[in-house]
Amino acid sequence: MRTPLTIRFLTSMPRKGWLALAIFALVAWVGVPMAHLMLPESSPFSVSAYTVTLMGKILCYAVVAVAMDLIWGYAGILSLGHGLFFALGGYGFGMYLMRQIGTDGSYGVNLPDFMVFLDWKELPWFWVGSDSFLWALVLVVAVPGALAFIFGYFAFRSRIKGVYFSIITQALTYAAMLLFFRNETGFGGNNGFTDFKRILGYDITSPEMRLTLFGLSAALLMFVLLLGRYLVTSKFGRVLAAIRDAESRVMFIGYQPLWYKLFIWTLSAVLCALAGALYVPQVGIINPSEMSAANSIEIAIWVAVGGRGTLVGPVIGAFIVNLAKSFFTVEFPEYWLFFLGFLFIGVTLFLPDGVVGLWRKLFARKPATETESPPPVQKPAAVPEKDEHLAAKGAAA
Amino acid sequence: MNKVLDPQGVRPEGLNDRENWEGPASDGHVFRAGELDLSHKVILYLDDISVSFDGFKALNKLNLAIDAGELRCIIGPNGAGKTTMMDVITGKTRPDEGKCFFGQTIDLTRMTEPEIAHAGIGRKFQKPTIFEHHTAFENLELAMKMDKRVWKSLFAALSDDEYDRVSDVLRQIRLDHEAERPAGLLSHGQKQWLEIGMLLMQEPRLLLLDEPVAGMTDDETERTAELFVSLAGKHSLVVVEHDMSFVEALGGLVTVLHEGSVLAEGDLATVQNDQRVIEVYLGR
Repeated sequence: MRTPLTIRFLTSMPRKGWLALAIFALVAWVGVPMAHLMLPESSPFSVSAYTVTLMGKILCYAVVAVAMDLIWGYAGILSLGHGLFFALGGYGFGMYLMRQIGTDGSYGVNLPDFMVFLDWKELPWFWVGSDSFLWALVLVVAVPGALAFIFGYFAFRSRIKGVYFSIITQALTYAAMLLFFRNETGFGGNNGFTDFKRILGYDITSPEMRLTLFGLSAALLMFVLLLGRYLVTSKFGRVLAAIRDAESRVMFIGYQPLWYKLFIWTLSAVLCALAGALYVPQVGIINPSEMSAANSIEIAIWVAVGGRGTLVGPVIGAFIVNLAKSFFTVEFPEYWLFFLGFLFIGVTLFLPDGVVGLWRKLFARKPATETESPPPVQKPAAVPEKDEHLAAKGAAA
Repeated sequence: MNKVLDPQGVRPEGLNDRENWEGPASDGHVFRAGELDLSHKVILYLDDISVSFDGFKALNKLNLAIDAGELRCIIGPNGAGKTTMMDVITGKTRPDEGKCFFGQTIDLTRMTEPEIAHAGIGRKFQKPTIFEHHTAFENLELAMKMDKRVWKSLFAALSDDEYDRVSDVLRQIRLDHEAERPAGLLSHGQKQWLEIGMLLMQEPRLLLLDEPVAGMTDDETERTAELFVSLAGKHSLVVVEHDMSFVEALGGLVTVLHEGSVLAEGDLATVQNDQRVIEVYLGR
């Protein structure tokens, strides 16, 4: 019965799941780059720079959605402040990108433009070391991680739950937004960071860099899905789900819910931050509006649309909502928020388990009528891989 | 409430000398802090326990001793103090006076609820609270006595021994054919058994069971009695129950509580013929 970790990791997902992941990897790492670089623009299979960037952006959102699902779907903690961790990761890497501009800024000084504008003569202390790529990576992980840990420790220790927790996270991200809007905070005020030139000395606008960032986003998404899959099928995941369903009972049999919640909460925040760090160089800007309350709520909508507690559902949800957003904001910009609102109400009323739940309902019926015996043990595996086809298709489109 | 007692003063007489004894224990018996000592065959002592809530005496100089391996039933009319007694034993309620010992050495009046649970006293509440979305197997796995910190859970894998233990308990509670069903789909009686199984997974020495057959069918009640009888010996059980046929099926000693103290004690037939017990149950 004892199985080595490697085997357990491999068996945490069924073969179809691995196959879907392999196809996704092939499309993201080989298919898209070849179509982008080699095919002439007239070819129907050509992938434009716009599409690559849009898909890379949505892949980052999908990572956030999966991170959100880990805490909301599996631990029952609804955060309405996850945009904060995403933005902090973005700012952490954005600092490095600003320093990479060097003397190519409008003022030709080796200082970010907004600091020159504010008449600052040297870098504030918290910018020290920001020209180092490695230090930027440390910042991206450590700052949101530490904030999540400290915030989570006090919130969970005080047994703050449910809607109260959601409201506090919402307030947290709002407070951070107000802080970052101030010029004196030292992060560019309401303009944030933009006008990035290069990463590690390479031109940020080159097709190769665009594809590298896209490929890294795809890699991060696959990593997060695998990590999530491992976590939720481990004993840790079962304890987490038990905490979600009956926390006091879990304490009664000897577990300390505080540390379980804190672990998944902090991990979720760090994953969001990594997504944010990959997002910023692709869209070329980060400003405090990323911390707005509405952004964080939108993350919850992606997860709800795709299906909570399914890991792959949120990926689909992120793609559906964001592709719709790209379409609406171009075609009927004034109706986008109405559409989003209707989508959320519709999903809550008619698809409580999201798109994945609908899929399971449609395709679980048949075998149940064929065989008389009612095996209620759901095969959580039968669905996800299909969804990844969708995601892969979405990425290739 | 939680008064600090002189550690020497609270020990039952005769133990102090032994504890101060520096040389090898003459009878080969060594005390270790926190370890259950059953050298006098008694697993639970309640000595002159009194608890009052706003002047109402829920327990009034209650004396009770449960032997190791015993199966004891506690009966009594409503308000007799049965649940309060359970609360005192599990640390939920502190007694105003009196002593409460687990074995010879463990003073329950000075321990917190989790400490008492960890020391080996398991309690089953009236309403089963199982994890409905987890399978019966997973419910037992979660309840198993093991390192329950986050890091261990992340890399935990069931060993053969642990797997066998879960399987054994599943058989004991007659759920071995339902192991993979979500617990929420089990019948009421099966849920009660699962709850008892979760208790067993924690390897308690003493089991406190509050109305375990409430809401069960006759058949399920009968099977529960069989289960409890099979558990006695290895575990000690204290069962609070109103169902007299169930108490009869268990067959152990019966203690009747009334107004917070023991009214009568003996086997069921003796107790049922006791004039005072009849008065209490039938009214004067």
